Amino acid sequence: MRITCPCCGSRDRREFTYYGSDDYLRRPDADAAAQAWDDYLHNRDNPAGETRDLWYHDPCGTWVKVTRDTVTHAIHACEPVAGEAG
Amino acid sequence: MVPERGDVMRYSGFRVLLEGLRGNRGWRPAWRKPDPKPAYDVVIIGGGGHGLSTAYYLAKNHGITNVAVLEKGWLGSGNIGRNTTIVRANYFLPGNSEFYSHSLKLWEKLERDLNYNVMHSQRGLINLFHSDGQRDAFARRGNAMLAQGDDAVLLDREGVRELLPYLDFDQTRFPIYGGLYHPRGGTARHDAVAWGYARAADQRGVDLIENCEVTGIDIDQGRVTGVQTSRGAIRAKKVAIVVAGRSSQVAAMAGLRLPIESHILQAFVTEGLKPCIDHVVSFGMGHFYISQSDKGGLVFGGDLDFYASYAARGNLPMVEHVMEAGMTLMPMIGRAKVLRSWGGIMDMSPDGSPIIDRSPVDGLFINCGWNYGGFKAVPASGRCLAHLMATGAPHKVAARFRLDRFATGHLLDEEGTGSQHNLH
Ligand SMILES: Cc1cc2nc3c(=O)[nH]c(=O)nc-3n(C[C@H](O)[C@H](O)[C@H](O)COP(=O)(O)OP(=O)(O)OC[C@H]3O[C@@H](n4cnc5c(N)ncnc54)[C@H](O)[C@@H]3O)c2cc1C
Ligand SMILES: [Zn+2]
Repeated sequence: MRITCPCCGSRDRREFTYYGSDDYLRRPDADAAAQAWDDYLHNRDNPAGETRDLWYHDPCGTWVKVTRDTVTHAIHACEPVAGEAG
Repeated sequence: MVPERGDVMRYSGFRVLLEGLRGNRGWRPAWRKPDPKPAYDVVIIGGGGHGLSTAYYLAKNHGITNVAVLEKGWLGSGNIGRNTTIVRANYFLPGNSEFYSHSLKLWEKLERDLNYNVMHSQRGLINLFHSDGQRDAFARRGNAMLAQGDDAVLLDREGVRELLPYLDFDQTRFPIYGGLYHPRGGTARHDAVAWGYARAADQRGVDLIENCEVTGIDIDQGRVTGVQTSRGAIRAKKVAIVVAGRSSQVAAMAGLRLPIESHILQAFVTEGLKPCIDHVVSFGMGHFYISQSDKGGLVFGGDLDFYASYAARGNLPMVEHVMEAGMTLMPMIGRAKVLRSWGGIMDMSPDGSPIIDRSPVDGLFINCGWNYGGFKAVPASGRCLAHLMATGAPHKVAARFRLDRFATGHLLDEEGTGSQHNLH
Protein backbone atom coordinates (compact mmCIF):
# COMPACT_ATOMS: atom_id res chain seq x y z
CA MET A 1 0.00 0.00 0.00
CA ARG A 2 1.35 3.42 -0.98
CA ILE A 3 0.01 6.74 0.23
CA THR A 4 0.64 10.07 -1.45
CA CYS A 5 1.92 12.65 0.98
CA PRO A 6 1.01 16.17 -0.20
CA CYS A 7 4.60 17.23 0.54
CA CYS A 8 6.69 14.20 -0.36
CA GLY A 9 4.73 12.35 -3.04
CA SER A 10 3.95 8.63 -3.20
CA ARG A 11 5.51 6.83 -0.21
CA ASP A 12 5.44 3.36 1.36
CA ARG A 13 2.72 2.77 3.97
CA ARG A 14 5.41 2.07 6.56
CA GLU A 15 6.34 5.76 6.65
CA PHE A 16 2.86 6.62 7.92
CA THR A 17 1.12 6.25 11.28
CA TYR A 18 -2.59 5.50 11.13
CA TYR A 19 -4.71 7.63 13.45
CA GLY A 20 -8.30 6.70 12.61
CA SER A 21 -11.50 7.84 10.99
CA ASP A 22 -11.82 11.46 9.84
CA ASP A 23 -14.47 11.82 12.55
CA TYR A 24 -11.53 13.31 14.42
CA LEU A 25 -11.79 16.39 12.19
CA ARG A 26 -15.28 17.13 13.51
CA ARG A 27 -14.52 17.98 17.12
CA PRO A 28 -17.60 18.97 19.11
CA ASP A 29 -17.85 22.32 20.87
CA ALA A 30 -16.40 22.32 24.36
CA ASP A 31 -19.88 22.53 25.89
CA ALA A 32 -21.43 19.86 23.62
CA ALA A 33 -23.44 17.03 25.22
CA ALA A 34 -21.60 13.91 26.41
CA GLN A 35 -23.21 11.94 23.55
CA ALA A 36 -21.46 14.16 20.99
CA TRP A 37 -18.11 13.48 22.64
CA ASP A 38 -18.79 9.73 22.78
CA ASP A 39 -19.61 9.78 19.06
CA TYR A 40 -16.50 11.81 18.30
CA LEU A 41 -14.12 9.63 20.31
CA HIS A 42 -15.56 6.12 20.10
CA ASN A 43 -18.52 5.41 17.83
CA ARG A 44 -17.70 4.78 14.19
CA ASP A 45 -19.44 4.08 10.88
CA ASN A 46 -16.65 1.57 10.24
CA PRO A 47 -17.66 1.08 6.58
CA ALA A 48 -16.80 -1.95 4.46
CA GLY A 49 -15.95 0.01 1.32
CA GLU A 50 -15.09 3.66 0.93
CA THR A 51 -13.77 5.36 4.03
CA ARG A 52 -11.88 8.51 4.92
CA ASP A 53 -9.22 8.33 7.57
CA LEU A 54 -6.23 10.23 8.91
CA TRP A 55 -2.61 9.24 8.49
CA TYR A 56 0.50 11.02 9.71
CA HIS A 57 3.57 11.11 7.50
CA ASP A 58 6.30 10.55 10.07
CA PRO A 59 9.29 11.92 8.13
CA CYS A 60 7.79 15.32 7.29
CA GLY A 61 5.03 15.70 9.90
CA THR A 62 2.13 16.17 7.48
CA TRP A 63 -1.38 14.97 8.35
CA VAL A 64 -3.07 13.38 5.36
CA LYS A 65 -6.77 12.65 4.86
CA VAL A 66 -6.91 9.46 2.81
CA THR A 67 -10.00 8.33 0.88
CA ARG A 68 -9.61 4.61 0.39
CA ASP A 69 -11.45 1.29 0.15
CA THR A 70 -11.32 -0.93 3.25
CA VAL A 71 -12.15 -4.04 1.21
CA THR A 72 -9.69 -3.71 -1.69
CA HIS A 73 -7.11 -1.41 -0.02
CA ALA A 74 -7.26 0.84 -3.12
CA ILE A 75 -6.40 4.46 -2.39
CA HIS A 76 -8.58 7.04 -4.13
CA ALA A 77 -7.44 10.41 -2.81
CA CYS A 78 -4.91 11.91 -0.41
CA GLU A 79 -5.41 15.48 0.77
CA PRO A 80 -3.61 17.62 3.33
CA VAL A 81 -5.56 18.05 6.55
CA ALA A 82 -4.05 21.50 7.16
CA GLY A 83 -6.61 24.19 6.49
CA GLU A 84 -9.59 21.99 7.46
CA ALA A 85 -11.46 22.65 10.67
CA GLY A 86 -10.50 20.59 13.68
CA MET B 1 -32.42 -30.00 31.96
CA VAL B 2 -33.82 -30.52 28.48
CA PRO B 3 -34.06 -34.15 27.33
CA GLU B 4 -31.78 -34.91 24.41
CA ARG B 5 -33.30 -35.99 21.14
CA GLY B 6 -33.72 -39.73 20.72
CA ASP B 7 -31.46 -40.43 17.75
CA VAL B 8 -28.34 -38.79 19.14
CA MET B 9 -25.13 -40.53 18.23
CA ARG B 10 -22.60 -40.36 21.05
CA TYR B 11 -18.92 -40.36 20.22
CA SER B 12 -16.52 -42.60 22.15
CA GLY B 13 -13.44 -44.74 21.70
CA PHE B 14 -15.69 -47.79 21.63
CA ARG B 15 -17.76 -46.24 18.85
CA VAL B 16 -14.63 -45.61 16.74
CA LEU B 17 -13.66 -49.25 17.20
CA LEU B 18 -17.13 -50.51 16.35
CA GLU B 19 -17.43 -48.35 13.25
CA GLY B 20 -13.99 -49.49 12.16
CA LEU B 21 -15.21 -53.08 12.25
CA ARG B 22 -18.38 -52.18 10.34
CA GLY B 23 -16.56 -50.31 7.56
CA ASN B 24 -17.46 -46.88 9.01
CA ARG B 25 -20.94 -47.04 7.50
CA GLY B 26 -22.75 -46.00 10.68
CA TRP B 27 -21.53 -42.39 11.01
CA ARG B 28 -24.20 -39.77 10.51
CA PRO B 29 -23.91 -36.01 9.86
CA ALA B 30 -23.08 -34.15 13.07
CA TRP B 31 -25.99 -31.73 12.69
CA ARG B 32 -29.20 -31.33 10.65
CA LYS B 33 -29.59 -28.84 7.80
CA PRO B 34 -33.07 -27.48 8.49
CA ASP B 35 -34.88 -24.81 6.48
CA PRO B 36 -35.69 -21.73 8.52
CA LYS B 37 -39.05 -21.73 10.31
CA PRO B 38 -41.19 -18.58 10.06
CA ALA B 39 -40.60 -17.67 13.72
CA TYR B 40 -38.35 -18.42 16.69
CA ASP B 41 -38.11 -17.33 20.30
CA VAL B 42 -34.48 -16.37 19.73
CA VAL B 43 -32.53 -15.65 16.55
CA ILE B 44 -28.76 -15.46 16.77
CA ILE B 45 -27.02 -13.71 13.88
CA GLY B 46 -23.61 -15.27 13.24
CA GLY B 47 -22.51 -18.90 13.34
CA GLY B 48 -19.03 -18.36 14.74
CA GLY B 49 -17.80 -19.61 18.07
CA HIS B 50 -19.72 -17.06 20.11
CA GLY B 51 -23.03 -17.45 18.27
CA LEU B 52 -22.92 -21.25 18.49
CA SER B 53 -21.98 -21.31 22.16
CA THR B 54 -24.73 -18.80 22.95
CA ALA B 55 -27.28 -21.10 21.30
CA TYR B 56 -25.92 -24.11 23.15
CA TYR B 57 -26.11 -22.49 26.60
CA LEU B 58 -29.56 -21.04 25.90
CA ALA B 59 -30.73 -24.60 25.33
CA LYS B 60 -28.69 -26.35 27.96
CA ASN B 61 -28.78 -23.92 30.89
CA HIS B 62 -32.06 -22.13 30.27
CA GLY B 63 -34.22 -24.64 28.39
CA ILE B 64 -34.72 -22.21 25.50
CA THR B 65 -34.59 -24.44 22.44
CA ASN B 66 -36.76 -22.65 19.88
CA VAL B 67 -33.61 -20.96 18.62
CA ALA B 68 -32.04 -20.40 15.20
CA VAL B 69 -28.44 -19.52 14.43
CA LEU B 70 -28.25 -17.72 11.09
CA GLU B 71 -24.90 -17.91 9.34
CA LYS B 72 -24.22 -16.17 6.03
CA GLY B 73 -21.54 -18.65 4.96
CA TRP B 74 -20.88 -22.04 6.51
CA LEU B 75 -20.47 -22.69 10.22
CA GLY B 76 -16.96 -21.83 11.27
CA SER B 77 -16.12 -19.79 8.16
CA GLY B 78 -15.22 -16.69 10.18
CA ASN B 79 -12.59 -16.01 12.80
CA ILE B 80 -13.42 -19.14 14.77
CA GLY B 81 -11.63 -21.06 12.00
CA ARG B 82 -8.85 -18.51 11.46
CA ASN B 83 -7.39 -17.88 14.87
CA THR B 84 -4.18 -19.16 16.43
CA THR B 85 -6.11 -21.09 19.07
CA ILE B 86 -4.57 -19.79 22.28
CA VAL B 87 -6.61 -20.38 25.42
CA ARG B 88 -5.49 -18.62 28.60
CA ALA B 89 -6.67 -16.85 31.75
CA ASN B 90 -3.88 -14.39 32.50
CA TYR B 91 -5.82 -11.16 32.65
CA PHE B 92 -5.23 -8.47 35.24
CA LEU B 93 -8.16 -6.06 35.45
CA PRO B 94 -11.22 -6.77 37.59
CA GLY B 95 -13.91 -7.34 34.98
CA ASN B 96 -11.61 -9.25 32.62
CA SER B 97 -9.96 -11.42 35.25
CA GLU B 98 -13.06 -13.21 36.53
CA PHE B 99 -14.51 -13.57 33.05
CA TYR B 100 -11.50 -15.32 31.49
CA SER B 101 -11.03 -17.40 34.64
CA HIS B 102 -14.61 -18.60 34.28
CA SER B 103 -14.03 -19.32 30.61
CA LEU B 104 -10.94 -21.43 31.29
CA LYS B 105 -12.89 -23.51 33.81
CA LEU B 106 -15.54 -24.13 31.15
CA TRP B 107 -12.80 -25.14 28.70
CA GLU B 108 -11.48 -27.67 31.19
CA LYS B 109 -14.72 -29.64 31.09
CA LEU B 110 -15.81 -28.73 27.58
CA GLU B 111 -15.01 -32.03 25.90
CA ARG B 112 -17.10 -34.04 28.35
CA ASP B 113 -19.82 -31.42 28.26
CA LEU B 114 -20.06 -31.45 24.44
CA ASN B 115 -19.06 -35.10 23.93
CA TYR B 116 -16.61 -33.75 21.37
CA ASN B 117 -12.83 -33.82 21.13
CA VAL B 118 -11.79 -30.17 20.82
CA MET B 119 -8.15 -31.15 21.40
CA HIS B 120 -7.81 -28.77 24.33
CA SER B 121 -4.15 -28.99 25.27
CA GLN B 122 -2.97 -27.28 28.45
CA ARG B 123 0.64 -27.21 27.40
CA GLY B 124 1.45 -24.04 29.31
CA LEU B 125 1.99 -20.49 28.16
CA ILE B 126 5.05 -18.35 28.81
CA ASN B 127 5.03 -14.56 28.48
CA LEU B 128 8.63 -13.35 28.22
CA PHE B 129 9.97 -10.21 29.87
CA HIS B 130 13.09 -8.22 29.08
CA SER B 131 13.71 -5.66 31.83
CA ASP B 132 13.39 -5.22 35.60
CA GLY B 133 10.37 -2.97 35.11
CA GLN B 134 8.64 -5.58 33.01
CA ARG B 135 9.44 -8.24 35.60
CA ASP B 136 7.64 -6.13 38.23
CA ALA B 137 4.66 -5.73 35.94
CA PHE B 138 4.49 -9.48 35.31
CA ALA B 139 4.90 -10.26 39.04
CA ARG B 140 1.89 -8.02 39.64
CA ARG B 141 -0.09 -9.75 36.91
CA GLY B 142 0.89 -13.16 38.26
CA ASN B 143 -0.33 -12.16 41.72
CA ALA B 144 -3.62 -10.99 40.24
CA MET B 145 -3.98 -14.36 38.50
CA LEU B 146 -3.28 -16.22 41.76
CA ALA B 147 -5.73 -13.98 43.62
CA GLN B 148 -8.33 -14.91 41.01
CA GLY B 149 -7.69 -18.57 41.79
CA ASP B 150 -5.77 -19.34 38.62
CA ASP B 151 -2.14 -20.39 38.25
CA ALA B 152 0.99 -18.37 37.59
CA VAL B 153 4.70 -18.96 38.15
CA LEU B 154 7.33 -16.25 37.79
CA LEU B 155 10.34 -17.80 36.07
CA ASP B 156 13.81 -16.31 36.09
CA ARG B 157 16.09 -16.58 33.10
CA GLU B 158 17.33 -20.07 34.00
CA GLY B 159 13.78 -21.19 34.60
CA VAL B 160 12.84 -20.09 31.10
CA ARG B 161 15.99 -21.68 29.66
CA GLU B 162 14.97 -25.02 31.11
CA LEU B 163 11.62 -24.92 29.29
CA LEU B 164 12.65 -23.06 26.13
CA PRO B 165 16.34 -23.80 25.50
CA TYR B 166 16.08 -22.77 21.85
CA LEU B 167 15.52 -19.05 22.48
CA ASP B 168 18.26 -16.50 21.87
CA PHE B 169 18.69 -15.28 25.45
CA ASP B 170 21.40 -12.73 24.76
CA GLN B 171 19.96 -10.77 21.86
CA THR B 172 21.08 -7.18 22.30
CA ARG B 173 17.74 -5.46 21.84
CA PHE B 174 15.54 -7.59 24.11
CA PRO B 175 17.68 -9.90 26.28
CA ILE B 176 15.44 -12.39 28.07
CA TYR B 177 15.16 -11.75 31.83
CA GLY B 178 12.50 -14.36 32.54
CA GLY B 179 8.89 -15.19 31.92
CA LEU B 180 5.46 -15.48 33.50
CA TYR B 181 4.44 -19.12 33.21
CA HIS B 182 0.72 -19.99 33.09
CA PRO B 183 0.66 -23.81 33.20
CA ARG B 184 -3.08 -24.10 32.49
CA GLY B 185 -2.77 -21.98 29.35
CA GLY B 186 -2.56 -23.74 25.99
CA THR B 187 -4.36 -24.34 22.73
CA ALA B 188 -7.39 -26.11 21.25
CA ARG B 189 -8.46 -27.13 17.77
CA HIS B 190 -10.43 -24.10 16.57
CA ASP B 191 -12.74 -25.80 14.01
CA ALA B 192 -13.55 -28.54 16.47
CA VAL B 193 -14.81 -25.96 18.94
CA ALA B 194 -17.29 -24.65 16.36
CA TRP B 195 -18.31 -28.17 15.31
CA GLY B 196 -18.63 -29.40 18.88
CA TYR B 197 -20.89 -26.53 19.92
CA ALA B 198 -22.86 -26.84 16.66
CA ARG B 199 -23.51 -30.54 17.16
CA ALA B 200 -24.41 -30.15 20.83
CA ALA B 201 -26.77 -27.22 20.11
CA ASP B 202 -28.40 -29.14 17.24
CA GLN B 203 -28.94 -32.13 19.51
CA ARG B 204 -30.86 -29.89 21.87
CA GLY B 205 -33.13 -28.70 19.07
CA VAL B 206 -31.42 -25.51 17.88
CA ASP B 207 -31.77 -24.90 14.12
CA LEU B 208 -28.41 -24.11 12.52
CA ILE B 209 -29.11 -22.36 9.22
CA GLU B 210 -26.18 -21.89 6.90
CA ASN B 211 -26.00 -19.73 3.75
CA CYS B 212 -28.49 -17.39 5.38
CA GLU B 213 -27.32 -13.79 5.42
CA VAL B 214 -29.17 -11.31 7.58
CA THR B 215 -29.92 -8.21 5.49
CA GLY B 216 -32.23 -6.28 7.79
CA ILE B 217 -33.45 -6.09 11.37
CA ASP B 218 -37.16 -5.43 11.89
CA ILE B 219 -38.08 -3.05 14.66
CA ASP B 220 -41.57 -1.99 15.69
CA GLN B 221 -41.99 0.83 18.19
CA GLY B 222 -38.52 0.39 19.65
CA ARG B 223 -38.80 -3.39 19.90
CA VAL B 224 -37.15 -5.99 17.69
CA THR B 225 -39.63 -8.24 15.87
CA GLY B 226 -37.45 -10.27 13.53
CA VAL B 227 -34.90 -10.23 10.74
CA GLN B 228 -34.80 -10.11 6.95
CA THR B 229 -32.52 -12.69 5.40
CA SER B 230 -31.38 -14.04 2.05
CA ARG B 231 -33.72 -16.96 2.85
CA GLY B 232 -36.74 -14.84 3.70
CA ALA B 233 -38.12 -13.01 6.71
CA ILE B 234 -37.90 -14.66 10.12
CA ARG B 235 -39.79 -13.41 13.14
CA ALA B 236 -38.18 -13.49 16.57
CA LYS B 237 -38.92 -12.30 20.08
CA LYS B 238 -35.24 -11.76 20.79
CA VAL B 239 -32.30 -11.26 18.46
CA ALA B 240 -28.58 -11.26 19.19
CA ILE B 241 -25.90 -9.76 16.94
CA VAL B 242 -22.82 -12.00 17.25
CA VAL B 243 -20.92 -11.30 14.04
CA ALA B 244 -17.39 -10.31 15.19
CA GLY B 245 -15.70 -8.23 12.43
CA ARG B 246 -19.06 -7.45 10.78
CA SER B 247 -20.64 -5.99 13.93
CA SER B 248 -20.84 -2.42 12.63
CA GLN B 249 -22.69 -3.42 9.44
CA VAL B 250 -25.26 -5.59 11.18
CA ALA B 251 -25.80 -3.10 14.01
CA ALA B 252 -26.35 -0.38 11.39
CA MET B 253 -29.38 -2.41 10.21
CA ALA B 254 -30.91 -1.50 13.57
CA GLY B 255 -29.76 2.11 13.32
CA LEU B 256 -26.92 1.63 15.82
CA ARG B 257 -23.41 3.02 15.58
CA LEU B 258 -20.94 0.97 17.62
CA PRO B 259 -17.62 1.79 19.26
CA ILE B 260 -15.95 -0.68 16.90
CA GLU B 261 -13.36 -0.41 14.16
CA SER B 262 -12.57 -3.50 12.06
CA HIS B 263 -8.91 -4.35 11.60
CA ILE B 264 -6.95 -7.23 10.10
CA LEU B 265 -4.90 -9.66 12.15
CA GLN B 266 -2.64 -12.04 10.24
CA ALA B 267 -1.32 -15.47 11.15
CA PHE B 268 1.16 -17.91 9.64
CA VAL B 269 1.86 -21.61 9.62
CA THR B 270 4.96 -23.54 8.56
CA GLU B 271 5.32 -26.98 7.07
CA GLY B 272 4.83 -29.81 9.58
CA LEU B 273 7.84 -30.53 11.78
CA LYS B 274 8.64 -33.01 14.52
CA PRO B 275 7.69 -31.73 17.98
CA CYS B 276 10.06 -28.90 18.91
CA ILE B 277 8.00 -26.18 20.60
CA ASP B 278 6.18 -27.68 23.55
CA HIS B 279 4.47 -24.52 24.90
CA VAL B 280 2.82 -21.35 23.78
CA VAL B 281 5.52 -18.67 23.78
CA SER B 282 4.62 -15.01 23.74
CA PHE B 283 7.23 -12.35 22.98
CA GLY B 284 5.23 -9.21 23.66
CA MET B 285 8.05 -6.73 23.13
CA GLY B 286 8.59 -8.03 19.62
CA HIS B 287 4.87 -8.53 18.90
CA PHE B 288 5.30 -12.22 18.21
CA TYR B 289 3.83 -15.43 19.60
CA ILE B 290 4.08 -19.06 18.58
CA SER B 291 2.95 -22.60 19.30
CA GLN B 292 3.17 -25.89 17.42
CA SER B 293 0.00 -27.51 16.20
CA ASP B 294 -0.65 -31.20 16.78
CA LYS B 295 -0.08 -31.68 13.03
CA GLY B 296 3.42 -30.27 13.49
CA GLY B 297 3.10 -26.84 11.86
CA LEU B 298 4.50 -23.87 13.72
CA VAL B 299 1.57 -21.49 14.14
CA PHE B 300 2.57 -17.91 14.80
CA GLY B 301 1.46 -14.34 14.52
CA GLY B 302 2.02 -10.81 15.63
CA ASP B 303 0.18 -7.55 15.69
CA LEU B 304 -2.64 -6.03 13.71
CA ASP B 305 -1.90 -4.46 10.35
CA PHE B 306 -3.10 -1.37 12.20
CA TYR B 307 -5.57 0.35 9.92
CA ALA B 308 -9.27 -0.21 9.37
CA SER B 309 -9.75 -3.04 6.86
CA TYR B 310 -12.19 -5.73 5.73
CA ALA B 311 -9.80 -7.42 3.31
CA ALA B 312 -9.51 -10.71 5.29
CA ARG B 313 -5.88 -10.79 4.19
CA GLY B 314 -2.98 -8.68 5.31
CA ASN B 315 -0.24 -6.61 3.79
CA LEU B 316 3.46 -7.30 3.52
CA PRO B 317 4.88 -4.87 6.13
CA MET B 318 3.40 -6.91 8.98
CA VAL B 319 4.54 -10.16 7.36
CA GLU B 320 8.09 -8.84 7.38
CA HIS B 321 7.78 -7.55 10.93
CA VAL B 322 6.52 -10.87 12.28
CA MET B 323 9.23 -12.85 10.50
CA GLU B 324 11.90 -10.51 11.87
CA ALA B 325 10.57 -10.85 15.40
CA GLY B 326 10.51 -14.65 15.08
CA MET B 327 14.10 -14.72 13.85
CA THR B 328 15.18 -12.44 16.70
CA LEU B 329 13.60 -14.63 19.34
CA MET B 330 14.38 -18.11 18.02
CA PRO B 331 16.86 -18.14 15.15
CA MET B 332 16.11 -21.83 14.53
CA ILE B 333 12.77 -20.85 13.04
CA GLY B 334 14.59 -19.63 9.93
CA ARG B 335 14.99 -23.23 8.84
CA ALA B 336 11.23 -23.82 8.61
CA LYS B 337 9.31 -22.98 5.45
CA VAL B 338 6.15 -20.92 5.78
CA LEU B 339 3.25 -22.73 4.13
CA ARG B 340 0.40 -20.24 4.41
CA SER B 341 -0.59 -16.90 5.81
CA TRP B 342 -4.08 -15.49 6.21
CA GLY B 343 -6.00 -12.77 7.97
CA GLY B 344 -9.23 -12.31 9.88
CA ILE B 345 -11.43 -9.27 10.41
CA MET B 346 -11.21 -8.24 14.05
CA ASP B 347 -13.85 -6.24 15.89
CA MET B 348 -11.61 -3.78 17.75
CA SER B 349 -13.05 -1.76 20.62
CA PRO B 350 -11.39 1.45 21.84
CA ASP B 351 -10.23 -0.05 25.15
CA GLY B 352 -9.47 -3.53 23.81
CA SER B 353 -12.18 -5.30 25.85
CA PRO B 354 -15.46 -6.86 24.70
CA ILE B 355 -19.12 -5.91 24.89
CA ILE B 356 -21.92 -8.28 26.00
CA ASP B 357 -24.98 -6.16 26.54
CA ARG B 358 -28.46 -5.11 25.59
CA SER B 359 -28.77 -2.57 22.82
CA PRO B 360 -31.02 0.51 22.95
CA VAL B 361 -33.57 -1.54 20.93
CA ASP B 362 -35.74 -3.77 23.17
CA GLY B 363 -35.05 -7.45 22.66
CA LEU B 364 -31.90 -6.79 20.60
CA PHE B 365 -28.60 -7.87 22.16
CA ILE B 366 -25.02 -7.30 21.11
CA ASN B 367 -21.89 -9.37 21.59
CA CYS B 368 -18.77 -7.90 20.01
CA GLY B 369 -15.44 -6.17 20.58
CA TRP B 370 -13.44 -9.38 20.96
CA ASN B 371 -10.38 -7.84 19.39
CA TYR B 372 -7.71 -10.51 18.87
CA GLY B 373 -8.66 -12.50 21.97
CA GLY B 374 -12.11 -13.95 21.44
CA PHE B 375 -11.29 -17.62 20.91
CA LYS B 376 -10.51 -18.33 24.55
CA ALA B 377 -13.68 -16.45 25.43
CA VAL B 378 -16.02 -18.67 23.37
CA PRO B 379 -17.42 -20.74 26.29
CA ALA B 380 -17.92 -17.90 28.79
CA SER B 381 -19.14 -15.42 26.19
CA GLY B 382 -21.90 -17.75 25.05
CA ARG B 383 -22.77 -18.64 28.60
CA CYS B 384 -22.98 -14.98 29.67
CA LEU B 385 -24.95 -13.81 26.63
CA ALA B 386 -27.38 -16.71 27.09
CA HIS B 387 -27.76 -15.74 30.74
CA LEU B 388 -28.45 -12.11 29.85
CA MET B 389 -30.98 -13.04 27.14
CA ALA B 390 -32.77 -15.60 29.28
CA THR B 391 -32.86 -13.82 32.64
CA GLY B 392 -32.65 -10.16 31.63
CA ALA B 393 -29.73 -9.59 34.00
CA PRO B 394 -26.03 -9.66 33.14
CA HIS B 395 -24.07 -12.69 34.30
CA LYS B 396 -21.89 -11.66 37.22
CA VAL B 397 -18.59 -12.36 35.44
CA ALA B 398 -19.57 -10.23 32.44
CA ALA B 399 -21.26 -7.34 34.22
CA ARG B 400 -18.59 -4.83 33.20
CA PHE B 401 -18.74 -5.55 29.46
CA ARG B 402 -21.20 -2.73 28.97
CA LEU B 403 -21.90 -0.96 25.71
CA ASP B 404 -22.08 2.43 27.44
CA ARG B 405 -18.79 2.18 29.32
CA PHE B 406 -16.97 4.44 26.87
CA ALA B 407 -19.50 7.20 27.44
CA THR B 408 -19.44 6.74 31.23
CA GLY B 409 -15.69 6.27 31.53
CA HIS B 410 -15.78 2.75 33.05
CA LEU B 411 -13.09 1.53 30.68
CA LEU B 412 -11.41 -1.89 30.69
CA ASP B 413 -8.03 -0.97 29.25
CA GLU B 414 -6.11 -4.17 29.99
CA GLU B 415 -2.96 -3.02 28.17
CA GLY B 416 -3.01 0.45 29.69
CA THR B 417 -2.45 2.11 26.33
CA GLY B 418 -5.49 4.40 26.32
CA SER B 419 -9.03 4.19 25.02
CA GLN B 420 -8.59 5.00 21.35
CA HIS B 421 -9.20 2.92 18.24
CA ASN B 422 -5.63 2.95 16.93
CA LEU B 423 -4.00 1.85 20.19
CA HIS B 424 -4.98 -1.80 20.70
C1 LIG C 1 -5.33 -14.51 12.88
C2 LIG C 1 -6.13 -14.53 14.14
C3 LIG C 1 -5.58 -15.07 15.30
C4 LIG C 1 -6.31 -15.09 16.49
N1 LIG C 1 -5.76 -15.71 17.57
C5 LIG C 1 -6.48 -15.84 18.71
C6 LIG C 1 -5.94 -16.58 19.81
O1 LIG C 1 -4.84 -17.15 19.72
N2 LIG C 1 -6.66 -16.65 20.95
C7 LIG C 1 -7.88 -16.06 21.07
O2 LIG C 1 -8.47 -16.12 22.13
N3 LIG C 1 -8.44 -15.38 20.02
C8 LIG C 1 -7.77 -15.26 18.85
N4 LIG C 1 -8.31 -14.60 17.76
C9 LIG C 1 -9.63 -13.94 17.92
C10 LIG C 1 -10.82 -14.86 17.75
O3 LIG C 1 -10.65 -15.69 16.63
C11 LIG C 1 -12.09 -14.00 17.57
O4 LIG C 1 -12.15 -13.01 18.57
C12 LIG C 1 -13.37 -14.84 17.65
O5 LIG C 1 -13.29 -15.98 16.85
C13 LIG C 1 -14.55 -13.98 17.22
O6 LIG C 1 -15.79 -14.56 17.54
P1 LIG C 1 -16.55 -15.63 16.60
O7 LIG C 1 -15.87 -16.92 16.69
O8 LIG C 1 -17.97 -15.64 17.00
O9 LIG C 1 -16.35 -14.94 15.18
P2 LIG C 1 -16.60 -15.51 13.71
O10 LIG C 1 -16.18 -16.91 13.58
O11 LIG C 1 -16.01 -14.50 12.77
O12 LIG C 1 -18.19 -15.49 13.63
C14 LIG C 1 -18.99 -14.44 13.14
C15 LIG C 1 -19.88 -15.04 12.07
O13 LIG C 1 -20.88 -14.09 11.70
C16 LIG C 1 -21.19 -14.32 10.35
N5 LIG C 1 -21.89 -13.15 9.80
C17 LIG C 1 -21.40 -11.91 9.57
N6 LIG C 1 -22.34 -11.11 9.05
C18 LIG C 1 -23.47 -11.86 8.95
C19 LIG C 1 -24.80 -11.59 8.49
N7 LIG C 1 -25.15 -10.39 8.00
N8 LIG C 1 -25.71 -12.60 8.53
C20 LIG C 1 -25.37 -13.83 9.00
N9 LIG C 1 -24.14 -14.13 9.46
C21 LIG C 1 -23.19 -13.15 9.44
C22 LIG C 1 -19.82 -14.55 9.72
O14 LIG C 1 -19.92 -15.20 8.46
C23 LIG C 1 -19.13 -15.37 10.78
O15 LIG C 1 -19.20 -16.76 10.54
C24 LIG C 1 -7.62 -14.55 16.54
C25 LIG C 1 -8.18 -14.02 15.38
C26 LIG C 1 -7.46 -14.01 14.18
C27 LIG C 1 -8.09 -13.46 12.94
ZN1 LIG D 1 5.56 13.87 3.76
